[in-house]
Amino acid sequence: MVLLPFLNYRFRKMKCFSRYLSYIFRPATSILSCSCHTEADIISTVEFNHTGELLATGDKGGRVVIFQREQESKNQPHRRGEYNVYSTFQSHEPEFDYLKSLEIEEKINKIRWLPQQNAAYFLLSTNDKTVKLWKVSERDKRPEGYNLKDEDGRLRDPSMITTLRVPVLRPMDLMVEATPRRVFANAHTYHINSISVNSDYETYMSADDLRINLWNFEITNQSFNIVDIKPANMEELTEVITAAEFHPHHCNTFVYSSSKGTIRLCDMRTSALCDRHAKFFEEPEDPSNRSFFSEIISSISDVKFSHSGRYIMTRDYLTVKVWDLNMENRPIETYQVHDYLRSKLCSLYENDCIFDKFECVWNGSDSVIMTGSYNNFFRMFDRNTKRDVTLEASRENSKPRAILKPRKVCVGGKRRKDEISVDSLDFSKKILHTAWHPSENIIAVAATNNLYIFQDKVN
Amino acid sequence: MLRGRRRMECTLDAQSLISISLRKIHSSRTQRGGIKLHKNLLVSYVLRNARQLYLSERYAELYRRQQHYPDGAPLLAMPACPPPPAASAAAPPELAALPLPPDTQDREARSCSAVRGGAELLEVPVCAAPPELQRAPCRDSSPAFYRASSAGPGPGSPPGLLYAAGCDFGAPHCSSRTTVLDLDTHVVTTVENGYLHQDCCSQCPCCCQPAPGLASPPPAPGTKRKYYPGQEEEEGVEEGEPGGGGVAGGPPFAPCTKRARFEEYSAEHPQDSSNISNLISIFGSGFTGLVSRQQADSEQPLNGQLCSKQALASLGAWTRAIVAF
Repeated sequence: MVLLPFLNYRFRKMKCFSRYLSYIFRPATSILSCSCHTEADIISTVEFNHTGELLATGDKGGRVVIFQREQESKNQPHRRGEYNVYSTFQSHEPEFDYLKSLEIEEKINKIRWLPQQNAAYFLLSTNDKTVKLWKVSERDKRPEGYNLKDEDGRLRDPSMITTLRVPVLRPMDLMVEATPRRVFANAHTYHINSISVNSDYETYMSADDLRINLWNFEITNQSFNIVDIKPANMEELTEVITAAEFHPHHCNTFVYSSSKGTIRLCDMRTSALCDRHAKFFEEPEDPSNRSFFSEIISSISDVKFSHSGRYIMTRDYLTVKVWDLNMENRPIETYQVHDYLRSKLCSLYENDCIFDKFECVWNGSDSVIMTGSYNNFFRMFDRNTKRDVTLEASRENSKPRAILKPRKVCVGGKRRKDEISVDSLDFSKKILHTAWHPSENIIAVAATNNLYIFQDKVN
Repeated sequence: MLRGRRRMECTLDAQSLISISLRKIHSSRTQRGGIKLHKNLLVSYVLRNARQLYLSERYAELYRRQQHYPDGAPLLAMPACPPPPAASAAAPPELAALPLPPDTQDREARSCSAVRGGAELLEVPVCAAPPELQRAPCRDSSPAFYRASSAGPGPGSPPGLLYAAGCDFGAPHCSSRTTVLDLDTHVVTTVENGYLHQDCCSQCPCCCQPAPGLASPPPAPGTKRKYYPGQEEEEGVEEGEPGGGGVAGGPPFAPCTKRARFEEYSAEHPQDSSNISNLISIFGSGFTGLVSRQQADSEQPLNGQLCSKQALASLGAWTRAIVAF
């Protein structure tokens, strides 16, 4: 489909799913006014599947909620393609590592979908230590007419059976069930920060602070270590791995980012252990921007290949950068997300906000990139027109299907009527996780415990 | 959330940053999910940056003072023995920097320091024990620092002091050692290549010269003990817990403050200035101790996540800084 030019994007809210209690999701129209929620309800990852039909979210409580897009129906055209809850399950539970006296959080760090190969859907979900492969399948028929047991399931007395019948499948209410098919455990000593499915659909990788492991979906008791940056002497540790992703088309290529603001591209054909990179992307630091916190704000929190595979996008604390795979010495584009925070870094260090890990996403055509900010703001940058917009995900000022109004942060001087000053920003409302539909202008934005789905109004 | 009283445009100096960073590292031990390596690495970078700034300021000040007192007459050797004095000591004496005649043969040479009034951040003492008692050479060209406690006996007693390493001594042959003096336990701690040695300061005559006008008790004898990272009999350091120094048999010391105690330690390798020296050294020594200890037990080498009780205990055991707020 043809995507409209950026100027015509007018996102409107489709729905807001709010997590207050376990497994209870309310449509936007009946949201309670109180905003209390438990920490377990905080959304920690959002991911569309490859067709955009399904949207998966994971939260701090270890649950996964999958939304499915309604089929378009002529009867209700205004409900075109809305997302509704499809399946909910508990993916990870809190665990305790007795050897190290370490509690393992159940928070879902990442969800990645596998491409659909049959009627069932498969996704990977991971917490700090364990990756699980889940199968989500529908059941809308059930067999009836067994010979040896009756409809309640009770066994029938064989001596009472006089005739034989063939069981038949009869329709039933749709039931969506999720079953764990594989559990990939005990391979990571440090906290897993990324998983990425390979384009061969047979392998995937999981990355923690110091190592990256390659798995085969069928084999759970073995993984290959492909990157290991742990120094022999931990006193010499200077950087950790922060994110990793496979190339979308070349199954031998992957990238990983570091806390030092560098990206390494590795080719698995060169050697079994890809400690030596094939390409090394680093931008020299601007010495005039040097501060106490230079190392923190240069740490890359997310890295994403473009759909074309030609570019990678990285997010550090204040900027989003687009790199051309063929140019290692600097990015080709740099976008300031919230540069007004540069003078506030010490406060943000005090309240730990400087450690927030923002993600970034491409749209389907790689022409627009999106990332989150504070005060429930999120930003979009059009790479072609160089225009950008700040939008807000909030319930107060947007009715369902209302068009989002661009927001502006006033940096200094006189504040205009609709602007918000930097000091008024709410740093507890942060948008770390966003997702963009693979082919349409539908975005999912996670604001703490609320999931907002916005759709571009095509008119 | 930002505190209401502190607006966005706060300007933290190096010392505040250091104390905040130490607090973060300390609290990360008790956070759910274990110690996060990435976050602690970043915090250690801030610590290093703040420390570098602070040290450069201190050295500049030392240099200025040396210019004023070119004859190098020793003005004061403050004992580190008294209980932590009040931070609000009126008119804390300004003491001159004091380079001692370097004596490279005799490792008893020591460097003395400028003393910062107000018991703020102090620098590492370099006290040399007599050779026969010496566990480890104490001269160090790379001082660490920590804050003295703010509580203490009445005003008038100068703040508990430590000695800065004079950078002009530059002891290349002991460059991998750093010595820290604990004001409360009167224990001089030297860490050498990740191993810990502890000597009582009473063995160091230089440390225990009473200053004129000081009403300070003589230093209590401490114990000499060698601590190795991973040593399990060390108590974990709890917040505000007295005796958290883990010195068995050492002099009891009164908790100078109910606030949390933090450890800070630095062992810098001057030849590799890009290392994150302070906290990673702590973690690293902890790691090293863990790995060396645990590899006998299991094939799987332990990692840098200091989450076991032993690791926490050993971390608390051999660092001695006390942070005042």
